[in-house]
Amino acid sequence: MGTVTTTAGPAPAPSRMQVFLRRLRNGDEIAHFVTMIFGASILLVTTALVYELWIQSAQSRTKFGWSFLVTSTWDPINGIFGAWPYIYGTLVTTAIALVIAVPLGLGAAIFLSELAPPKVSSSLSFVIDLLAAVPSVIYGVLAVFLLEPVMRSTIQPFLKHTLGFLPIFKGPAYGFGYLTAGIVLAIMTVPFIISVSREVLMAVPQDQREASLGLGATRWETTYKVVVGYARTGILGSIFLSMARALGETMAVTMVIGNVSKVSASLFAPGYSIAAVIANEFADATSSLHLSSLIELGLVLFLLTFILNGLARVMIVATSRRGGGAAQR
Amino acid sequence: MSLRTIWRKTVNIVMLSLTGLCALVAVSALFLILGCLAWKGATSLHWSFFTNLPAPVGEAGGGIANAIVGTGKLLVLAATIGVPVGLLGAVYLAEFAGTATAFFIRYATDLLNGVPSIVIGIFAYTVAVLPMHHFSALAGGFALGVMMVPIILRSCEEFLRSVPRSLREGAMAVGASKWKTIATVVIPAASSGILTAILLSLARVAGETAPLIFTAFGNQFWPHGLNQPTAALPVVIYNYALSPYDDWHRQAWAAGLVLILLVVVTNLLTRLLLQRQAMGRR
Repeated sequence: MGTVTTTAGPAPAPSRMQVFLRRLRNGDEIAHFVTMIFGASILLVTTALVYELWIQSAQSRTKFGWSFLVTSTWDPINGIFGAWPYIYGTLVTTAIALVIAVPLGLGAAIFLSELAPPKVSSSLSFVIDLLAAVPSVIYGVLAVFLLEPVMRSTIQPFLKHTLGFLPIFKGPAYGFGYLTAGIVLAIMTVPFIISVSREVLMAVPQDQREASLGLGATRWETTYKVVVGYARTGILGSIFLSMARALGETMAVTMVIGNVSKVSASLFAPGYSIAAVIANEFADATSSLHLSSLIELGLVLFLLTFILNGLARVMIVATSRRGGGAAQR
Repeated sequence: MSLRTIWRKTVNIVMLSLTGLCALVAVSALFLILGCLAWKGATSLHWSFFTNLPAPVGEAGGGIANAIVGTGKLLVLAATIGVPVGLLGAVYLAEFAGTATAFFIRYATDLLNGVPSIVIGIFAYTVAVLPMHHFSALAGGFALGVMMVPIILRSCEEFLRSVPRSLREGAMAVGASKWKTIATVVIPAASSGILTAILLSLARVAGETAPLIFTAFGNQFWPHGLNQPTAALPVVIYNYALSPYDDWHRQAWAAGLVLILLVVVTNLLTRLLLQRQAMGRR
């Protein structure tokens, strides 16, 4: 880069050109330009990603249209592709995950932000961060070797015994299936719900709590009616965020969902998810139409997570603004 | 005390203990995971596991040396994309960008951060594997690099912004130009933060499997160069765990233990780094 000339004292009102030239000589314009190229490359990569998903899925989109999303035949040999079993499996497993993870995660977040002393809260939060950093393939290994046998031998027979009158708990206990995948997903999404909700809760101004306690409300009433009420948009945002994670989660689900492209009402039955079918079939797709259909599934997944993440961000930012901006993401 | 007060107090205690229980369950999950991996994986960890190539099915004593080296290579490739783009992008956002461009770049970064890793894999496949007509370490490294960029960029931007204004003004006052200020004052002041961001992003992508299965693909042997398919630790764990062989299951546990230790140690290290920096500031 150029030499640093710093004493060039120009005329009282330097023209824009002069300023530019001076900055160029100082290297500022070059630095600006270079970093801008790197910054812009992110825009480029993101645009390229959307473009590639759109272009590469063209064959499948023009052939099947919207019926791709609602038909259930997936037959690579005859070139008929319908994605409903995968979309269904993704939605069902995500729903199971949220039903378990939301109460658990919210409870833990309330404990960490409202009850635990700051030191305890910060070290427990570190443990939660570590939990979020555990690779998904590890969850998959644990689920295959430890959770699946327990599900098949104990939990599923128990559910069938007690709640067997519900259609979702009917049918033979396979072990590998929607329920097992949903439980693994729940364990994986809890840390995200906790860490985002905790930040949102901590952004609630202290006066809100004091006012409520001062009126004679108990700690729980304050937490539930005032603090959670105040932060509810942000909490909803954290749920959307973890929902987006759960939808796109691949490895752990692929390992335990059973990989059968069928739609079953029973949660014990094996199924399939969007991410799992991409993971399993992509590397040895038989035809360009097959590949294009898999890429269209990727596009569906991308759009789902895109919408959820967008909503989540707006909600979380709205709550932190209201709370004085203590928790910025 | 009226009945209602007693009821309210009971609800209070019950619900608050329930939240404590939730926290306990969530936190104990980590220790359960670590415990299981140590218990199942430690017995298969011996020297040859780290130095040998995978043995043919049925033969004992295979190792995962190529997968460890493969993951190392992939991480280096990923870092050559992720670190410059993430760091310089962060410098641009924190120091140079106007509000409109900053908004677009930040938006794109958040979008990229939220993209499921398997979709990043598809992207890497379409731009790297399709033109080259074969799986390669380069394609895998590209996928991981794309994943690293948003992680590094957002945290580096925060660390750069948290450098006190007085430091910059001091440098400017003694006559340094803007880029000189950034290069010699701002970045060194934020260096431990930047290092943490890089380490954390490496730990995060080191465990990624989904973007690798159809880019780096996997390999039972030593790859010849970066243009060949390469083995990676998480992909080996995935393949071995789903195989029907007991010996491979044992190796999957052991490899899982290695991977989790890598992640946990990196996280602990970064926490220590940040704490030391916070102490130094005081």
